[in-house]
Amino acid sequence: MQLDERIDRLTMQRYANPKAFIAIADRVIPWLKVLTGLAFVGGLYLALFQAPADYQQSETVRIMFVHVPTATMSMMVFAIMTTSSIVALIWGHRVADLFARASAPIGAAFTFIALFSGSFWGRPMWGTWWEWGDARLVSELILLFIYFGYMGIWQTIDDPIKAAKAARITAIVGAVNLPIIKFSVDWWNTLHQPASLVRMDGPAIHESLLWPLFAMWAAFGLFYVTMALIGTKIEILRFQSRARAMRQTEGV
Amino acid sequence: MTRKQQRTWFLVGGVGVLALATVLILGALGDSLVYFYSPTELTEKAIDPGAQIRVGGLVEEGSVEKGEGLDVSFVVTDLNESVTVNYNGLLPDLFREGQGVVAEGSFLTDGQFHATKVLAKHDEKYMPKEVADALKEQGKWKADETLIDDSVKKYGIDDSGTNKGYGE
Repeated sequence: MQLDERIDRLTMQRYANPKAFIAIADRVIPWLKVLTGLAFVGGLYLALFQAPADYQQSETVRIMFVHVPTATMSMMVFAIMTTSSIVALIWGHRVADLFARASAPIGAAFTFIALFSGSFWGRPMWGTWWEWGDARLVSELILLFIYFGYMGIWQTIDDPIKAAKAARITAIVGAVNLPIIKFSVDWWNTLHQPASLVRMDGPAIHESLLWPLFAMWAAFGLFYVTMALIGTKIEILRFQSRARAMRQTEGV
Repeated sequence: MTRKQQRTWFLVGGVGVLALATVLILGALGDSLVYFYSPTELTEKAIDPGAQIRVGGLVEEGSVEKGEGLDVSFVVTDLNESVTVNYNGLLPDLFREGQGVVAEGSFLTDGQFHATKVLAKHDEKYMPKEVADALKEQGKWKADETLIDDSVKKYGIDDSGTNKGYGE
């Protein structure tokens, strides 16, 4: 074994070790649950009661406080799954595979909520529920299908080692859609508005609407981390019990 | 080469090929991914009468004329070129003079644009009413710049966007 590989093993093993992962997860999950709850209570209060009505959209602007965080998280979660899959592919870490697997349904839920809330905003504001010609809308819908595809691979391939390999490739290949979603509003004319926050001349959202948005972001972000840790723990336990059952039936 | 290095190079190569393929596909799709054309693009393109297209821009201030029933006509402009749109139907809530709009329909043989659907285009700005009013009062209000033609932008627009006094 070469030196660099040995160093890699030493530094990565601590986190790749399922036992250590579960120990750490068990310690932080209760705290994360409390934090997530508090963030949602605070965020929803700010979004529904404190934030002012928009000059154009009036009260409809409040849909943004769910739409924008779920939409960005839908991409963020997939980016995390891709990173996790790359780690799994290069270092062969089982926990990284299971973390990506546990993240997928959460990301898919975010994507669905983003599409759904966007549609409900679009009907009164644009005058349409859905536009097939809009690159932002369609690329986000494709993201939902990629999530379904990724989850389907884990469901349909029986051998977890083979399933993990196919899932890694899907997560890495599927990542091409992320820059397309992000930059669709800059590359092409779309009905969807361009970026409000990351702009050359600063955010185009007034402070009074910006802070509730950040609070909701924190809430959805914490929700993801909590759920992903719980999910990964369940996947590890399931993987272990399955391996044990296989050893018994094979009589090894 | 260790197995880890092999896998890394395989990954780098794969991602490189994938990125190249995506760029080529998106490049080939090009125009079909464009949701609407600006009035300037339309005049450059010479669209056939009857072809279904979308035109997007700002509703010119003072151009909205209501006819009988739900008949309405208005001018869509990017401050460089403009297109007169005829429409029969309900307008979305956000339809306002000086605001973004996308009209779907076709040019008839008389050269007029007849819309079958009119959608409001919201810009990226979010603010309470008081702030919007204050900006307008101070003359710092800006129209949706993504709908303004590049040839006009360099003159700088300091007013409602539909102010035609720019560059004079």
